[in-house]
Amino acid sequence: MSGASSQWLLAAASDAAARVDVLFLSLLALTGTVALAIFVLMIVFSVRYRAGSRVDRANPPTNVRWLELGWTFTPLAIFLGIFVWAAVVYARFYTPAPDAMAIFIVGKQWMWKAEHANGRREIDELHLPVGQPVRLILSTEDVIHSFFVPAFRIKQDAVPGRYTSISFTPTREGEYWLHCAEYCGTDHARMGGRVVVMTPPAFAQWLERGDSNPSLAAQGFELFRRKGCSGCHAAGSSVHAPDLAGVYGRVVHLADGRSVLADEGYLRDSILLPKRDVVAGYEPIMPSFQGQLDESDLAALISYLKSNE
Amino acid sequence: MSYLTEGYTLRSWLTTHDHKRIAVLYMVAITAFFFLGGAAAALMRLELATPAGDVVSAETYNKLFTVHGVVMVWFFLIPSIPSVLGNFLVPLMIGARDMAFPRLNLASWYIYALGGLFTVAALVAGGVDTGWTFYTPYSTTFSDTNVILVIVGVFVTGFSSILTGLNIVVTVHKLRAPGLTWFRLPLFVWANYATSLILLLATPVLAMTLALVALERLFHVGIFDPALGGDPLLFQHLFWFYSHPAVYIMVLPAMGVASEIIPCFARRPVFGYRFMAYAILGIASIGFLVWGHHMFVSGQSMYAGMVFSMLSFLVAIPSAIKVFNWTATLYKGSIVFGAPMLYALGFVGLFTIGGLTGLFLASLALDVHLTDTYFVIAHFHYIMVGGSVMAYLGGIHFWWPKISGRMYPETLGRIAALTIFFGFNLTFFPQYLLGWLGMPRRYHEYPPEFQLLNLFSSAGAAVLAIGYLLPLAYLAWSLFFGKRASSNPWGASGLEWQTPSPPPQHNFEREPRVERGPYDYQPVR
Amino acid sequence: MTTSQFGSALERREASLFGMWAFLATELMFFGPLFFGYVHARLAQHDAFVSGSHHMHIALGTLNTAILMTSSLTMALAVRAAQRSGPTRIWLALTALFGLAFLGIKASEWVMEFGEAARAAGGEARFYFLYYAMTGLHAVHLTIGVGVVAWLWLYAKRFSAEYHAPVEVSGLYWHFIDVVWVFLYPMFYLLERYNA
Repeated sequence: MSGASSQWLLAAASDAAARVDVLFLSLLALTGTVALAIFVLMIVFSVRYRAGSRVDRANPPTNVRWLELGWTFTPLAIFLGIFVWAAVVYARFYTPAPDAMAIFIVGKQWMWKAEHANGRREIDELHLPVGQPVRLILSTEDVIHSFFVPAFRIKQDAVPGRYTSISFTPTREGEYWLHCAEYCGTDHARMGGRVVVMTPPAFAQWLERGDSNPSLAAQGFELFRRKGCSGCHAAGSSVHAPDLAGVYGRVVHLADGRSVLADEGYLRDSILLPKRDVVAGYEPIMPSFQGQLDESDLAALISYLKSNE
Repeated sequence: MSYLTEGYTLRSWLTTHDHKRIAVLYMVAITAFFFLGGAAAALMRLELATPAGDVVSAETYNKLFTVHGVVMVWFFLIPSIPSVLGNFLVPLMIGARDMAFPRLNLASWYIYALGGLFTVAALVAGGVDTGWTFYTPYSTTFSDTNVILVIVGVFVTGFSSILTGLNIVVTVHKLRAPGLTWFRLPLFVWANYATSLILLLATPVLAMTLALVALERLFHVGIFDPALGGDPLLFQHLFWFYSHPAVYIMVLPAMGVASEIIPCFARRPVFGYRFMAYAILGIASIGFLVWGHHMFVSGQSMYAGMVFSMLSFLVAIPSAIKVFNWTATLYKGSIVFGAPMLYALGFVGLFTIGGLTGLFLASLALDVHLTDTYFVIAHFHYIMVGGSVMAYLGGIHFWWPKISGRMYPETLGRIAALTIFFGFNLTFFPQYLLGWLGMPRRYHEYPPEFQLLNLFSSAGAAVLAIGYLLPLAYLAWSLFFGKRASSNPWGASGLEWQTPSPPPQHNFEREPRVERGPYDYQPVR
Repeated sequence: MTTSQFGSALERREASLFGMWAFLATELMFFGPLFFGYVHARLAQHDAFVSGSHHMHIALGTLNTAILMTSSLTMALAVRAAQRSGPTRIWLALTALFGLAFLGIKASEWVMEFGEAARAAGGEARFYFLYYAMTGLHAVHLTIGVGVVAWLWLYAKRFSAEYHAPVEVSGLYWHFIDVVWVFLYPMFYLLERYNA
């Protein structure tokens, strides 16, 4: 694998990798200096003040207030600086670019399934175009898994019962390791595969190959009718249910006075736990679809709702 | 007549109320568990010497790391210093005749042993494969191993921790000798006191959390199981609310040990005594507020991550203070490099590396890459093995004359200390690199390009094994053939050295009076 | 008692009381995950908890609260009696009886609610689980408390104005059990029961 060809140098294949590496190297330099200083002092003192050496030992200090305050507050200031720096880089993982390409990732003992918007599915592999911001939306069919691509410096747990997500932009073509990083049972170590970063034209070609599924949104529309959602939510329905056109990304006002942003997580909860966040002005009459939809169905339905302007 | 010669029968040991004998009972039990957990680690390192999973099956490997974690955390590290050295020394150091509740003290040991029996029974019955962290829903719904039996074992042992903590807290509050004010207490007592507070306040949370896991497994009650409306992250919050402070349960007493040994062998008072005491209390209290830094990629809110990250940097400050102060204690000392001192200096060095690499993990963006990799494994082994185990062994050597009445062979002691230091670094330093390169933890096979570093690590583990077997052999030898120890072979200043070695049953011939602070070492010209 | 770890009876009493306070801190944390779980579940499935509280037997719960409050009074009177060599036994007996009465009523409630709890699903199942777990754990503590009080009753002759620490220590424990109930009662019986 080209991305992992060099053992000692970890490939830096995403925008995040560049930012994380600068932070890592700076912290390494800082902590390395501190460690070196401490070890040099320990060794110098150990040699100089070994028992029997003839050196001045008069008045050994037992407390020096300015020194102690100094080595309390200096690290504090430095630490706060590092904290802010690392937090800013971290926040980028969770603030997707507006044009980010959403890909649903479903973990399952012991494989990763990726679902692209056009309906192309892949298992234990993930193909991405270079330079295109990506937002992974993770879920799992069973236990907690963690989607880990060392070359991208990204890792995100997939937690049952909810969506998690992480955003980045691949910046270098190549093949890179994909692992599961959260222990998930017997074949945890074998759960994974590779991420392939391609040129945009090659990626577009790749997307069109393979078994021709309808797009995720089209699959979602099909489900929307088949599961009876449209019976209530379609315009002109006799049942009083919210119109779902353009719901994604809107702020929704709830019956109990709260307002929430209608993101993937909200749409998911509304399908599976409809009584939790009832929209203001509507009765809590929607049944739960828990157990009737698997993660792929949910991904399709939500893709449909997102596409339904 | 010493506490060792009060009775020779097994019965006299198993029914004793003497804190010193109970400490010895603990020492025997935790040593057995240490080598059990060590054997599991040895098998793991053997498996990881090659990339293919060919020595043991994946199932067996998963059980090995679970056993290693469960046994080392709950049956060795947590009781190690508080229940052995703390039990033996806290009453002696504060001039008391025993712990406040001697019968409760013995009961704690039996409870510990009972918990150990359950855990061993789970092993015999086929083991358990959840990892020591018992993450839901794997532990509640998916694992088909002996989860409940191990949970019962850990739950029961938790009460032993709680009662030991209770005993130490009350003893330190109520049984200090006349004149022994709080700021005349040795730092070892401070450390065990702070540790005991954590034991009291954190352990019950673990006990109840694991009980809920067991109930969820048995009755599917829907607290943690998302299929029933529960929340797996709730488990992680509760688990780490205990398990992060538990790290300080393991390392604070180690700091206490180092703070006794270093001034003694440098022949000068510890630098910055008050800052050292405050740092201990600071670590113990801020340590309760940082649990969420185990969950930066778990799906918890980004803002929660930021709060936990900042608090994690804060808790690093008192640890840094302690390292600076130990180093400053060497300045203008007159340093003798006895085996205990080698262990203590090794502790400071390895703890420094472990602590500084902790800063990488506290940094949010870096943790995203590093968490759940070998970087984390290396980090906490530097703290717990390089830190706590080094300090425990240093303490055992330092107080061995007091405990056994015999001297250990000094040359062998130094050789063992250096062997362990070398073996430890060879084992765990490569793991930092493996983690940065992206090798996930709990993998029983791995990409081939990681083999070289893994091979170093496995070779180091072999050296480490020899290093740990050496003291076992020569300390046992010294029990019968060692030189008899005087009451104060190191010329140390603590109250425990003012009574014969080994001490009489009720510790002191006359109740000591304290007129000075600790570490009353006269400067050497 | 030169071989005792304590210098005096006073020191022993202080250590016992202090030890009990420390133990109660542990106990509080032991209940902690359940309280935390309750808050978490209530936020996630609010409606289930509202409807759950309507299924509770409010009359029995209120009666039980009164009984337990009264038992705290009798326990306090037992401690006072022990300190003054008064009629400790009577107060202890009353305390234990109140405790038993509480347990009896609680058990009958559990039996009556069991059918509904076994049928419950989703949020209501969690409500009932927490209800049984928390009141159950409370009842386990109370059972231990009754046992301790019965034991004090058996040895009541030993207590005097000079030596009564066991009664005081047990009293602290008893009041703690009471205080826990003071939280459980509104959490399960009252909160939003009277909302439309």
